[in-house]
Amino acid sequence: MTTSIVVDDVSKEFSLQYHRTLKQMTMAKVRGQAVSDSFWALSGVSFEVEQGESIGLMGLNGSGKSTLLKLICGVMKPDSGKVLTRGRISGLIATGAGFHQQLTGRENIYMNAAILGMTEEETNEKFDDIASFADVGRFMDTPVGNYSSGMFARLGFSVAVHVDCDIFVADEVLAVGDRPFKKKCLARMQEIRESGITMFYVTHAAGSVKKMCDRVIVLESGRVGYDGPVDEGIKFLHYDGSDDEPDAEEMADEEIASDI
Amino acid sequence: MSEKVAVRHDLEHVPLGPPSATSGLLEAFRRRYLLRLMVRREIQARYSRSVVGLGWSYINPTVRFFTFYFVFGIVIGRGQGVPNFAIHLFAGMVLVHYFTETVNSGTRSLLSNKGIVQKMAMPRELFPFASMLVSLYHTIPQLIILTIACIATRTWHPDLEGFAAALLGFVLVMLFGTALGLMFSVFNVLFRDFGRIVQTFINMVPFVVPMMYPYAIIRERFGTGTIYDIYMANPVVEAVLLIQRGFWWTTTDSPYLLNFPPNLWERGFIMLGALLILIVIAQWVFSRLEGKVPELLT
Repeated sequence: MTTSIVVDDVSKEFSLQYHRTLKQMTMAKVRGQAVSDSFWALSGVSFEVEQGESIGLMGLNGSGKSTLLKLICGVMKPDSGKVLTRGRISGLIATGAGFHQQLTGRENIYMNAAILGMTEEETNEKFDDIASFADVGRFMDTPVGNYSSGMFARLGFSVAVHVDCDIFVADEVLAVGDRPFKKKCLARMQEIRESGITMFYVTHAAGSVKKMCDRVIVLESGRVGYDGPVDEGIKFLHYDGSDDEPDAEEMADEEIASDI
Repeated sequence: MSEKVAVRHDLEHVPLGPPSATSGLLEAFRRRYLLRLMVRREIQARYSRSVVGLGWSYINPTVRFFTFYFVFGIVIGRGQGVPNFAIHLFAGMVLVHYFTETVNSGTRSLLSNKGIVQKMAMPRELFPFASMLVSLYHTIPQLIILTIACIATRTWHPDLEGFAAALLGFVLVMLFGTALGLMFSVFNVLFRDFGRIVQTFINMVPFVVPMMYPYAIIRERFGTGTIYDIYMANPVVEAVLLIQRGFWWTTTDSPYLLNFPPNLWERGFIMLGALLILIVIAQWVFSRLEGKVPELLT
């Protein structure tokens, strides 16, 4: 058994700046108001993930899910504690990857793949797969600034899932994208999971977590509220529809999840 | 679950490590393919959606050249004592323009790539470094123009030592620009006013190097006192003198010691060593501060 991700007592603090200009800051100081404030996006988060495990990361908005993903991807560094990973990481943080608005879809694919650590040959080889998965048609050669939000997300997801990685991180991938694409994504993520890649998946959809994950971690205001089997995790969050009616989106996800 | 782990993901021999670990600027050599894509992208993007496009890279320096030439060469008559004053001026401008472009675009580099900086893990030193390379790319046509101008004087007798001097001048500006770009790119994210402060100081650069006026004037006015030492401590001054040694001086028969400090080469190599140290410091500053960058890029 190989450990894939170690998160050890990790904390991350963000500062909120209220006043932006020197004048505003001086005025605030004179009046005795706070110039800035800080809050802990994550505090004392610890867990370990084995290679090949598939984790559903859940929690309300603002509970620190994206911050945790950024720390695992290496976009951010923890203020205290440590994050350790093994192998190549690919994935998406928030919907839509880091794209350049003025570059075409094609150029962005190459750029993004290179950032994720792919070589030119590797990208050439996989380009057709990436393009057909993203399915943006003739928009491939127009700047991504002109894309619809769905197309933008599709292209980002498509590059991320084609990287030969050991850890795959996905942040609310299904928030945008139409039903056929969601279905395709989930199918692809299932493949990733079965190939032995460690998966870290943020979602609000109980249905897809049930299908995709073998462990759930719930964050509550930056702390681990729950870490364990999937079904209890969903109960813990009351996402099983016991105390309110499930919304249409959730139902749809459930349907898609049961399709695959 | 272990039966699910495919051979490909058998990573027991791979050590656990922090996902954000990079070797800083040295990554530029390790990830050459990514760097090449970034440079190509920035060359395209710098003037995207502008009709004149790349032409701006030449219009700006050209206009500046004629302005300086008119004011200093004709109105003030500064050029009269200097043979081939236009080349004296232009040779300096090639490096000064390279320097200002590098620092300006390097300072903006993290902010203007925030889409990537916020979402993808990569050595962020590559952004200011790529800006430096893009600026270097833009000096190529200027160097060609400079060479043609030198040939057109019909008195150009280039020598190897001169080309070596010009090369050293380029290396000095490259190191200095990279070091400043590296530090300023983070400062600019932490304090947005920083970009404007840089702009203000950068505007001074053309006036504090001996290109619109000869080096001889500085020597004559200040002798070898403190002001002279401060003036000469500017790496851009040294670089400008070096490129003039390579291109301008060899078109004239002006005496060497009138136009250059006697220890031009020694100064150049000392400067080189100092700038290498500055790069190390800049990398240290960058590494210390860049952790805060993704969260402050809004």
